[in-house]
Amino acid sequence: MKPLQDIIVVDLSQFLSGPSASLKLADLGARVIKVEKPETGDICRSLYVSNLKMNGDSSIFHAINRNKESITANLKDAKDLNRIKKLIAQADIVMHNFRPGVIERLGLDYTTVKQINPSVIYGEISGYGTAGPWKDKPGQDLLLQSLSGLTWLSGNEAAGPVPMGLAIVDLISGAHLVQGILAALVRKGVNGQGAKVQVSMLESIIDFQFEVITTYYQDGGQLPQRTKTNNAHAYLGAPYGIYKTENGYLALAMGQIPFLGELLGCDSLKNYPEPESWFSKRSEIKSILAAHLETDTTQKWLSLLEPADIWCADVMDWNRLLQTEGYQVLDMEQEVVMSDGYRFKTTRCPIKIDGEVLKSDKGTPILGEHTQTIISEFNL
Amino acid sequence: MKPLEGILVVEFCQFLAGPSAGLRLADLGARVIKIERPIKGEGGRQIAIKNLFIEGDSLVFHTINRNKQSFAANLKDPEDLKRIKKILEVADIMTHNFRPGVMEAIGLDYKTVKQLNSRIIYGVVTGYGSEGPWQKKPGQDLLIQAMSGLAYLSGTAKDHPTPMGIAASDIFTGTHFTQGLLAALVRRGKTNEGALVEVSLLESTIDMQFEVLTTYLNDGGKPPKRAKNGNAQAYLGAPYGVYKTKDSYIAIAMVPMTKLETHLKFELPEHLKSEANWFDFKDEIMTLIQAILKEKTTKAWLDILEPADIWCSAIFNYKELMAHDAYKILQMDQDVITASGVTIKTTRCPIQIDSQYYYASKAAPKVGEDNETIVHEFGLQNFNNQNQS
Repeated sequence: MKPLQDIIVVDLSQFLSGPSASLKLADLGARVIKVEKPETGDICRSLYVSNLKMNGDSSIFHAINRNKESITANLKDAKDLNRIKKLIAQADIVMHNFRPGVIERLGLDYTTVKQINPSVIYGEISGYGTAGPWKDKPGQDLLLQSLSGLTWLSGNEAAGPVPMGLAIVDLISGAHLVQGILAALVRKGVNGQGAKVQVSMLESIIDFQFEVITTYYQDGGQLPQRTKTNNAHAYLGAPYGIYKTENGYLALAMGQIPFLGELLGCDSLKNYPEPESWFSKRSEIKSILAAHLETDTTQKWLSLLEPADIWCADVMDWNRLLQTEGYQVLDMEQEVVMSDGYRFKTTRCPIKIDGEVLKSDKGTPILGEHTQTIISEFNL
Repeated sequence: MKPLEGILVVEFCQFLAGPSAGLRLADLGARVIKIERPIKGEGGRQIAIKNLFIEGDSLVFHTINRNKQSFAANLKDPEDLKRIKKILEVADIMTHNFRPGVMEAIGLDYKTVKQLNSRIIYGVVTGYGSEGPWQKKPGQDLLIQAMSGLAYLSGTAKDHPTPMGIAASDIFTGTHFTQGLLAALVRRGKTNEGALVEVSLLESTIDMQFEVLTTYLNDGGKPPKRAKNGNAQAYLGAPYGVYKTKDSYIAIAMVPMTKLETHLKFELPEHLKSEANWFDFKDEIMTLIQAILKEKTTKAWLDILEPADIWCSAIFNYKELMAHDAYKILQMDQDVITASGVTIKTTRCPIQIDSQYYYASKAAPKVGEDNETIVHEFGLQNFNNQNQS
């Protein structure tokens, strides 16, 4: 039995943050009913990346919304709204990511929903919280990366701001929402009490940086200093970084510098016996390492470092990763099928329960695919 | 009542991924007891960033392990092991991140612990899963970023593979770990049965990339193509990226180029006009936009673009962020106070429940700080001799 079997989720959210949360709930066993606008549906359906269209919708929409059902409803229409309210009355979880104020206008705010279903878990994701000067600003991933200080952590010193090349803010806020919702479900199992669970993208991306922000609070407010070259973490000393080799790249996480010098046959590294200098002179040390590591292959360096228990790795792109035995043994991929027979490959849930991977071959719903069945099943 | 009040978590985890899950559970109301080897304690106590230590433990350790208790025990000592087992009999969750085989050797593997307590949720974090050629390889954040393809997504086309400058793999793994443990607790509420919950850094880091990987798995395996300058997302077309302005920088997210043409007052050349080309000719278009944005200050552009509902933003550092009312109103920071009275400022739990922020002023414990209380509370005091047979 999957852990969330029999849990019903009514998901009013769009794009990535909310829908990535309900995907996790679905993979853990919940039944997720996506409520979508008639005709257009979740805007993510037409948010194409690399211009790739799959069976009429964007590839990322498919990635995020497989394993769900879709009912269409116009929440501004009284009849449709009433239907959704009846559905919510029978749900365990309701969630949305509208901007502050919108859900109140629609009449599906927590106070109202609680009257319909007192023990409901009500989840909400906002961009910047529900108060303050930014509350009406668009809660979009790149904007949040930009405002939260995150872009000064990756890349080298001279690079200017470097965003993380994934929708990291959406992902982390969605993940936090899942945590909050599940914690509330645990409590509901104990005392029957419902809950309102709120996260914001801004708070979540600050939490994501909790280690370095705490350091910033503590060190008198010194801004993060990325290294000149081979930066991998603004707050860590040499050798921490990725280095070019003769035929590829090598990641090097730790190692006492003189010892590394000995293992790699790089005498200049022996001039840094003081651990303190591995931080204070890290740019200098990194440039020595970088020049040296370019003189031989990744495999050669790994063969010298790994037996000495130095934390290092070959740097791979997906093409190489997917061919490794280490990847294949994880069984990370799955094929899902839509009701019209369209099949596609995607990844599975990363959590294993009772030794089993959690897979589901249920594909992405066609817009409104389940409207009629849900209406009759839930008596709407 | 905090949602996890009454839940007892026994944490054998070290470093970041596992203990960050313990921290989240603690902030949501659970009681978390770290089991640490005597004197030295968990390995993370000595792993510092920027060489910052407080009372002998790294600031990072303090950040990750506040709001927890510590019980010092030598797992190779039979008496200590008995005490631990006694605690596990009444625990709701236990977590560890030892490499495959270690807990079996100690005698605290899932099978054994389940016999002590059939309701326990037993959580394991590994680097690369519990089988395969990498199972014994060190599960360290940068190595996972390097091996998982993640480093080919950030930075620009000419850059080396660029890691995310934060322990992103550890943090996402810890997040998934919390989700799995909580989902198992939900099920236990119905079935009264425990569970084995496993996550690995590599699987979690692959999951982080699920959107773009799904694209890659269905587009014939085209490699991600980072933009030449100002890259923000290898899979999104122009104008998505960061740009220089006269005095600083500006980020521009998804905006139809036609709309941007209107507000930046320029015209795309004929061959770039169609939407289909905004991805394929991204570099060319971004270069055109860059030249225009360089002419005015960030503020001047925001004054033009924001009222037009164009998704754009200034780019802040921590100082600018924290000086802003939008940050202050969140009350994201809190002080924790160590047993000897040192105050450390850190961040709070990002999840709000029933319109409440959760704060906790309890700092990270010293190794074994709570031994006496726990021995007394769990009835472990006369355990040594009387229970020996």
